[in-house]
Amino acid sequence: MSDSIAIELRDVVKRFGDVVAVDHVNLQIRDGEFFSLLGPSGCGKTSSLRMIAGFELPTFGSIIIHGREMGITPPHLRPVNTVFQSYALFPHMTVAQNIAFGLEMRKTPKEEIARRVQEALDLVRLSGLEGRRPRQLSGGQQQRVALARALVNHPEVLLLDEPLGALDQKLRKEMQLELKSLQARVGITFVFVTHDQEEALTMSDRIAVMNKGKILQIGTPTEIYERPNCRFVADFIGETNFIDGVVIGRDGNYTVLETPEGLRLRGLASRPLSNGTTATFSIRPEKVRLLTPNGELPPDGIAGTVISVNYIGSDTRITVRINDRRTIDVWEQNTRSTLDRDEYWQPGEAAVIVCPPDNALVLYE
Amino acid sequence: MAMLQQQQQRRDRIRLALLLTPGLLWLILFFALPLVIIFVYSFMSNDALGRVVYEPTLNNYITIFTQSLYINAYWRSIWTSVLTTVICLLIGYPLAVFIARSPQQWRMPLLMLILIPFWTNFLVRIYAWQIILANNGIINGFLELIGVGRLSLLNNEGATLIGLIYGELPFMVLPLYAAIDRFDFTLMEAAADLGANKVQAFLRIMLPMTMPGIVAGSVLVFIPTLGQFVVSELLGGAKVDYLGNLIQRLFLRANPINWPLGSAMAVLMMIVLLVFIMLYFRATTEEER
Repeated sequence: MSDSIAIELRDVVKRFGDVVAVDHVNLQIRDGEFFSLLGPSGCGKTSSLRMIAGFELPTFGSIIIHGREMGITPPHLRPVNTVFQSYALFPHMTVAQNIAFGLEMRKTPKEEIARRVQEALDLVRLSGLEGRRPRQLSGGQQQRVALARALVNHPEVLLLDEPLGALDQKLRKEMQLELKSLQARVGITFVFVTHDQEEALTMSDRIAVMNKGKILQIGTPTEIYERPNCRFVADFIGETNFIDGVVIGRDGNYTVLETPEGLRLRGLASRPLSNGTTATFSIRPEKVRLLTPNGELPPDGIAGTVISVNYIGSDTRITVRINDRRTIDVWEQNTRSTLDRDEYWQPGEAAVIVCPPDNALVLYE
Repeated sequence: MAMLQQQQQRRDRIRLALLLTPGLLWLILFFALPLVIIFVYSFMSNDALGRVVYEPTLNNYITIFTQSLYINAYWRSIWTSVLTTVICLLIGYPLAVFIARSPQQWRMPLLMLILIPFWTNFLVRIYAWQIILANNGIINGFLELIGVGRLSLLNNEGATLIGLIYGELPFMVLPLYAAIDRFDFTLMEAAADLGANKVQAFLRIMLPMTMPGIVAGSVLVFIPTLGQFVVSELLGGAKVDYLGNLIQRLFLRANPINWPLGSAMAVLMMIVLLVFIMLYFRATTEEER
């Protein structure tokens, strides 16, 4: 991965009538990067992708691909290829004809087309199926044909619009890893649109989280998960406990927040917050520790009562009530292989929750 | 067990026979039988009073192939039908695309607009075209008003063509609409994405995929146009002979009437149609391969 920029979006706005689909987006995608645009439906991620591909033109702002301002360049003259959500394979052509289409449009010599189609088929492990029609293929195979049809052109950038959305869970997981390793092998910049946060975390080098046409945060999967910069990102990525309160001061590296019922909580703030600011304390359920009470509350400890215990295989999800208004979710990994659940937490049992301040965040908004 | 199965099979056969009987009877009586009669007549001749003389002969076919009156009628009808079909396709395809790409709530009303002419009798509508094209008609009134002067628009082959295209256009648009409505326009984006310009994308993707609609529409327009006689009589002024006019005249108005020759013309027309449709199907399905 080099530091040169494959794609740049400069202050891009897209309006459809009165609706602002993309709202002043600035973005730099590096060469060879697996970059994901992540957000709920209608957040502007697909519109952004379609503008890069050239299917839509920005209302204003500019899109630059490898230093070239795209302007009103039509899709067929852009150095990118797209894998569509519905695959958009040509039903009246065979697999080989589908894959050869882009090369034929570029007037590639016949022998070279044959060779590159075969390479592309090998790349997506579909050799032997070149004579089939798309409708004779399974969903996963169609997906691979769509990939091969795009990659055979050696595009500078590959755009993928929720390409795994139509696959079942197991196949999806397989394809995630396959796509990731494929990208590493071909070294092409991938821009991947998804609403599935787990998918984005698994595959991406970097992620841009979008909501309502705006980019909220850009970062590596770890940064996005461990240091979300706002409540929306923390909420959208993974599970989180939120407690609203007011900032009352600082304690070393930590910002201290007080809830209306007088609970004091410490965590890392994504930026300095002045006293009196309304903010949200946030901690992931797997980062909360649950202890048996021994008379004295440890630092950052809160007394509570276990109200439900759900065993889900890899871990156990426990909900603890800490006062009349609030519950906190705690996930404990099932590190021991035991059938005896009686010795585990029971509903109604008293417990102490500890929120280590290094694992907790104080978020503005 | 076997008994029961036999009984079941017999009952199925009886039911099938009952279901088929009305349609089969109708087709035999009113389609197959007349066809056989026409075919037999085409090898007979007529007497001075127009009665059929039952002596087998090839004279009718020889007449058709040797007299320019008949040969010309075939060429004229074939050429006019091809022209009508092609022009209907050229007008109908963009129209069908426009309707299929309109917002959902507009599609049905637009299709209804295409169909509205069918609410009125065909003959009445052709008379309406006479009024539009006549020497003192609407168009000429307008042309005179803007100082161009009157043109002779009615009673020529151009008027016939206009009337035919007008009458047949809906039969082209409807099957085209059905095919284009089913077409996934994402495929055009995919083609553009792979480097195809608009023309290439149309020729390689949309055209072959909407070919069933083109074939259906063309056949629906070509067949009735080849045998028509009303439009060429009312708008063409019966100045030149089309197949339909000749056949109609031979059967009803010639002196003496000549059913055997008319039958031979009709049989040849059917052969022309079959050949054309077969060639057409072969050409259009090859495109798909």
